[in-house]
Amino acid sequence: MDKREKDIEKLKDYKYGFSTDIENIRAPKGLNEDVIKFISNIKKEPKWMLDFRLKAFERFKQLKEPNWQKPKYPKIDYQDLYYYSAPKSMNDKPKSLDELDPKLLETYKKLGIPLQEQARLNGIAVDAVFDSVSVATTFKDELTKQGIIFCSMSEAIQKHPDLVKKYLGTVIPTTDHFFATLNSAVFTDGSFVYIPEGIKCPMELSTYFRINASETGQFERTLIIADKGSYVSYLEGCTAPMRDENQLHAANVELIALEDAEIKYSTVQNWYPGDENGKGGIYNFVTKRGLCKGKNSKISWTQVETGSAITWKYPSCILKGDNSIGEFYSIAITNNHQKADTGTKMIHLGKNTKSKIISKGISAGFSDMTYRGLVDINSKAKNSSNYTQCDSLLMGNKCGAHTVPYIKNKNFDSNIAHEATTSKISEEQLHYCQQRGLNPEEAVGLIVNGFCKEVLQQLPMEFAVEAQKLVGISLEGSVG
Amino acid sequence: MLKINNLSANIEDKSILKDFSLNINPGEVHAIMGPNGSGKSTLSNILSGKKGYEISGEVLFENNNLFELETEERAHKGIFLAFQYPLEIPGVNTNIFLKTSLNAIRKAKGEKELDAIEFLKLVKEKARELKFDEEKLNRQLNVGFSGGEKKKNEILQMSMLSPKLSILDETDSGLDIDALKVVSDGVNTLRSKDNSFLIITHYQRLLDYIKPDFVHVLMNGKIIKSGGPELALELEKKGYENFN
Repeated sequence: MDKREKDIEKLKDYKYGFSTDIENIRAPKGLNEDVIKFISNIKKEPKWMLDFRLKAFERFKQLKEPNWQKPKYPKIDYQDLYYYSAPKSMNDKPKSLDELDPKLLETYKKLGIPLQEQARLNGIAVDAVFDSVSVATTFKDELTKQGIIFCSMSEAIQKHPDLVKKYLGTVIPTTDHFFATLNSAVFTDGSFVYIPEGIKCPMELSTYFRINASETGQFERTLIIADKGSYVSYLEGCTAPMRDENQLHAANVELIALEDAEIKYSTVQNWYPGDENGKGGIYNFVTKRGLCKGKNSKISWTQVETGSAITWKYPSCILKGDNSIGEFYSIAITNNHQKADTGTKMIHLGKNTKSKIISKGISAGFSDMTYRGLVDINSKAKNSSNYTQCDSLLMGNKCGAHTVPYIKNKNFDSNIAHEATTSKISEEQLHYCQQRGLNPEEAVGLIVNGFCKEVLQQLPMEFAVEAQKLVGISLEGSVG
Repeated sequence: MLKINNLSANIEDKSILKDFSLNINPGEVHAIMGPNGSGKSTLSNILSGKKGYEISGEVLFENNNLFELETEERAHKGIFLAFQYPLEIPGVNTNIFLKTSLNAIRKAKGEKELDAIEFLKLVKEKARELKFDEEKLNRQLNVGFSGGEKKKNEILQMSMLSPKLSILDETDSGLDIDALKVVSDGVNTLRSKDNSFLIITHYQRLLDYIKPDFVHVLMNGKIIKSGGPELALELEKKGYENFN
C-alpha cells in the first residue's frame, strides 16, 4: 500500500479526519506574557480581563503538572505550542451566516451540522467554535427576545462585562490546578450563556467544538449562568481532524445555578482518538465544574466520551445551596490504545443535598479505563445522600478497567451508597444475537447500547441517536 | 433442505457426535429424542454456528455448505434456533431486539426493512396469536422473564422471522401444559409444505401436540433407531435404558 492509499484508509477509519485549508492568524509559538497580551489585545479585551489572565499566568508558573492519573503521556513542551489561531477571514467579523467563509460552512457540513438548515429544523441554537474563535451564532434574535444571552465568550466580555466579571472564575478560580490555570491565562473563546430569572430556555443550546490548525492547543472557556428559577439544556459536541502529533485540549467549563434553577449539560466527545497503534490523537484534559449556588438548584452532567487518545476529566458539582441536586451520567468508551481516567466529584455543602452518579465504562482492544470519583459530604450537609453506580464492561482480554471511588462522609445523618460491577460480553450473548441475524459488530453495538441505556436516556433526542451510532462505531474492529 | 452426512464433533478431545447423518426435506417435521448427554444440544449448537467444536463431515443447507457460513448468514438463509436457555440482554428492549433481528434478516434477503409502525402491527398480531403478554415486549430482553416466558419469547421470534428450518432445542423442558400448547401452536401455524422443523426433546409429551413425520433416537452421538410417531410412544414406555 503506498502512502496515499494508507492515508485514505485512515480517513475511512475516522470520518471527521479532514482539515480545512483556511488561512490562520497565529500568535507566535510559546507561552509568555507577550503571547497572553497578544491574545488579549487581538480580542480587544478590557484591562480587567488581561489582569485576570496575567494573574493566572503568575500562578501557573508556580504549578507543577500533575502526574497522579493512571494514563501517562510523554512530556508536553508548553513552549512549543501555538496558543492562538484564528481563521483570517474572521478579521472582519461576519454579521450573519451568509457572510461566512464558504469553506467554514463546508467543514460544518462534513461534520453533519449545516448550520442554516439543520439548526433551524432541529430547533437548536448553535454557537460554533472553529479553532479558537466563535464563528456563528444562530437563533440569537429569538433568544434575545426572552432576555437570554447566548454568544461567544469574547462577545460577552465586550457586551456583558458585568456578568462576566461577576461570575468568571468563581467556580474554577485562577488559582486552580495546572491545566485549569493554564486555560485561565490563555483561553481563546468559548460560549457564554445567561438565562434570566424565571425563564425556561425554549430550545436546546448547542456548541460544536473542533480543533483544526495543527500544533494548536485549544483552550475554550465556557460560562453558563442560570438565574433564579430558570432552566437551560446545553449540548456540546466535539470532533477534531486527524493528525499524527498529539494535540492538547484544555477547556474550562463553569456552570452556576442560582435558587431553583436547573442546568443540564450534555457532551458527546469524539475527538480524534489516534490510530490503531496509538499514534496521534487528542489529549482531552478538561475541567468542568458546576456550582449549585442557590437553594433547590440542580446541575446535571451527561457525557458520552468515545474519542481522544487520553480523556482526563471529572465534571463536578458543588452542592452549596440547601436541597440542591447534582447528577453525573457518563458513558466512556476506549478502544485500541485509548486511555481514560474520568469520573466526577460531588461536594455536598448544603443541607438535604442529593447526588447521583451513573457511570458506564466500556473498554476494548488494548485500552485502559479508570473511573475515579469523589463523594464528599461535609459536616454541615445534614441529611444528604449519594447514590453511585459504576459498571464496567470489558471486551477481549487485553484491556483494563479500574474503579477508584473516594468517599468522605463527615455527617452521621447522611448516607452514601456505592455499587460497582464488572462484566464481559459473553460468547453466548453474541451467539444468540448472531443467530438472530445480527453480524458481530451489530451484536456488540446492541449489547453495549443496552449496557449504556440509563445514560443514553438522559440525552436530548437528537443527541441520543447520534450517540447510539457513535457507541457502535467506536467499538468497530473490537470483536473477532 | 438439510443434509447431514457423517457429522462428527469433538470438544476438548471428547467425542460427542459420531458419524451422525440425517436428511430433512421441505415440509417435514423430525423429532430427535435422547437421554442427557447423548449429543442433542451439540447438534443444535453446531447447526446454529456456535464455535468451539472440532468438526468433520458435511452439512448442506439448501445445497450451501453450512460450515462456510457465519452464524448470522445461516440465520439470513432461514435457519432458526429456539435456544434451550434463551439469553438475557440487559437494557435492550424486547421490541427493539425483535425489530433489529427482523430487519437484519429482511435486509440480507433484499427485502424492505419494516418501519416502527409496520413492525409494531406485526409483532402485536403475532403476540396475540401466541397469547404472549404484550407488556413484556416493552421489557428488557428476557430479563426477569420466567422460564416459560423465555421459551414463549423464542417461539414469538420464530413466528416473526418465519424461518425455513426451525430447530427447537428442548423448548418443552420446564413448560406447563398451557405454555406447551402455545409452543406447539406456534410450530403448527408455521408448519407448511416449505417449512421444516427439527425438534429436540426428552419427552414424548410435546409430540402429542406436534405430530412429527419422523422420530429418531439419539444415543451416544449416534441415531440408533428411526421411525414414525409410534417410536416416541415405544420409547416413553420402555425408557432409554432398556431401549437397545
